[in-house]
Amino acid sequence: MIANNASLMANWLVQVPVGEFKPEIVDGAASAIMRILWLIPAIPMFAAGLIALLKQPMRKTSATLAIGGLSASFVLSLIAFSHVLAEWHRGGATREVVNFDWLSLGAASLQLGWLLDPLAAVMLVMVTFVGLLIFIYSTGYMAHDENFTRFFCFLSLFAGGMLGVLIANSLLLLFMCWEIVGLTSYLLIGFWYHKPSAAAAAKKAFLTTRVGDIFFLLGIVWLFAQTGTTLFYNNGAGAIEPAALTTLLSQPAAWGLSAAGAIGLLIFAGAAGKSGQLPLHVWLPDAMEGPTPVSALIHAATMVAAGVYLVARVYPLMSAGASIGTTTISLTVIAWVGALTALFGALVAVAQNDIKRILAYSTVSQLGYMMVGLATGGVAVGMFHLITHAFFKALLFLGAGSVIHGCHEEQDIRRMGRLRIDMPLTFMTYMVGMLALSGFPIFFSGFWSKDAILGAAHSWPVSRGPFVMLVVGALLTAFYMTRQISYVFFGHWRGPKQTHAHESPLVMTGPLAILAVFAIGLGVLGTPLWPWFTGFLESRPVAFDAHGFSEPGLLPLMGSAIAVVFVGLLLGWALYMRKPIVSDEKQDSLESVSPTVWNWFANRLYFDELYSVTVIRLYAALAWFSDWLDRRVWGGAVSSVALTFRGLGWFNKGLDSQWIDGGFDKGCEELVTSGGVLAWLQAGRAPGYLRMMGIGVLVLAGIALLVGAVTGQVRL
Amino acid sequence: MTPLVGCLIVAALVFAIGLAISLTRRNAILVLIGIELMLNAANLNLIAFWRFGARPELLTGMMFAIFSIAVAAAEAAVGLGLVIAYHRHSKTTDLDAMTRMKG
Repeated sequence: MIANNASLMANWLVQVPVGEFKPEIVDGAASAIMRILWLIPAIPMFAAGLIALLKQPMRKTSATLAIGGLSASFVLSLIAFSHVLAEWHRGGATREVVNFDWLSLGAASLQLGWLLDPLAAVMLVMVTFVGLLIFIYSTGYMAHDENFTRFFCFLSLFAGGMLGVLIANSLLLLFMCWEIVGLTSYLLIGFWYHKPSAAAAAKKAFLTTRVGDIFFLLGIVWLFAQTGTTLFYNNGAGAIEPAALTTLLSQPAAWGLSAAGAIGLLIFAGAAGKSGQLPLHVWLPDAMEGPTPVSALIHAATMVAAGVYLVARVYPLMSAGASIGTTTISLTVIAWVGALTALFGALVAVAQNDIKRILAYSTVSQLGYMMVGLATGGVAVGMFHLITHAFFKALLFLGAGSVIHGCHEEQDIRRMGRLRIDMPLTFMTYMVGMLALSGFPIFFSGFWSKDAILGAAHSWPVSRGPFVMLVVGALLTAFYMTRQISYVFFGHWRGPKQTHAHESPLVMTGPLAILAVFAIGLGVLGTPLWPWFTGFLESRPVAFDAHGFSEPGLLPLMGSAIAVVFVGLLLGWALYMRKPIVSDEKQDSLESVSPTVWNWFANRLYFDELYSVTVIRLYAALAWFSDWLDRRVWGGAVSSVALTFRGLGWFNKGLDSQWIDGGFDKGCEELVTSGGVLAWLQAGRAPGYLRMMGIGVLVLAGIALLVGAVTGQVRL
Repeated sequence: MTPLVGCLIVAALVFAIGLAISLTRRNAILVLIGIELMLNAANLNLIAFWRFGARPELLTGMMFAIFSIAVAAAEAAVGLGLVIAYHRHSKTTDLDAMTRMKG
């Protein structure tokens, strides 16, 4: 492949107008890390394959393989990251691609490839690092599960698929890995498949995300039809590079959309399915039926972020045609959907009682924030929240797992309480995660990333609506997290009388502590004083800027964001923490304020009910109709054909047994009889033979005489 | 009576004698001798038809007869070999006693 493309390289370089975009390293000149970048997803996948071959009792081996594989990927990711970092500091090309022919159809060929740029590098390090911590945590959490090896097989496969999504330089390759990730998500949600609820949740997740994926696939096909390639970057010939975007913009679709806008919306539909955006969010809270490490890794930190990553990856397509002060239809849609999701998730999270469900709706809400950040502020704003959220949400989920583990598989926060004394380490790390998620000012990463999104939404030229929704969402976030910790860690122990909670082992609390450090420390990378993250993602030089805060409107905005967070925390304190919660029978404070509103939130704004009377009923009717069609019409046709052939078969059978068999039987009998006669003749007695010979001679002589007499040659 | 008819009558007699010997004798060697007689009766016929036929200068009958004699010699060798082999095996040359020659 390298030799093959070396000849093509010259052509490309001639065609590329110099100076229009950054020079990108093509295959022939790929750096060492680029050549082996594919190993990052391949190693965990290979490990998964090996684990699949292991027997059930080989727990240590399977965990070692999974953790070892991901560690290798982590090391490679760090090398890749430092490579990009070095190139960035040198001012060189920060995006490198390696493409190869995958499928040749006549003269045309379908290319796949992988790429490394700041976006991918940051995500690689985040996914491998968080993944590694969660793998380690899982060895403790799943220690008593009999399907330990299966669990690590799926986890490892998931890691491979997710890393594949990150380095894919082709929408098609991304889609393949996307589906692997979807599959493992399904397998892991339904990991305890003997529980009917888990099996149903797995199906729901699979089908709901599939709805988005169909649109995504349509988008890919359309893009391929328009540009003839699914590669993102290909030295000017990629699908999201200026040349292709110009073509796409000039192609009208429908309703005033250009092809670029329509394809962007289709791809966003896929992202919405994966990232739990309205109205495809319904699967994500149910996905909490899976083991808690899975919720942390897949349904909080990484997989659900894949949709956000996808939008960031095709951002040039999404923003194609936008100039300063305007935006595109795709981005407008993304901003509104994201804002609605953020508000919806926060509202519903207020009234949940399952510790993991609260976090799940919080994830839905935060993914909405990321989408708004992408749509209004660009890639860096959304991605920064993605990274910080991955750390503190993984922390919260693992903390919740530790709580569940310590409370003997209890998930209802009403039957917990006082855990700050029983589980001090979990409590402290959980508080860090909670404050980061709430956006507690200055010290926590969540504050800086959320503030950047709020700032971007505030200065969005189209509408103030998303900003208002996000601010309300931020208030609610602080409120529901305070409610949760009040229930879980404060008040009185409300579990069964004889039992008490116990702290989790070090293998579980260790990852919590590490994640907590990052949940605090990562904020440093994205403050207005030193916008390192933005600069890195956009390949701009970064300098420490003491005037970062002096931008007009920034400090008032930040101040109001802080105020909102404190209002949320105070509300939560007033309603839930001021008077310790004593009994698990006690009505929720908010419910006693307004039962109607509470019911709406507690029932998730009746989204599932809405779907079950509309979509599900429609499908049930369609299924009933298909069943009827199948049984009566097609089934009838098929069985009449079958009947005809059975009749024919019966007739043939009669013919066969009566006539043909009879003929054969007769023939065989004759053969046996004549064989008997001949055998009698060949008795092995020489005198007999001689006698027959004599008779033969006489017969011949007789014939000769007779013929002679008839023809007149012999006169008797 | 032409010379040809005389030859044919002699040959027919020789043939009949050979046939009679091979059908009546029980000794295998005598039966072989009878078969040889019949063969030679046939040779006689070949020679006679050639000698008194249309083209006696072509030596066709002679050639036939020489072939036939050569074949007969080989056949006699085989036949005698078989009789000797059988005799070694069961100490008899009586054809009626040879009942185990079935394949």
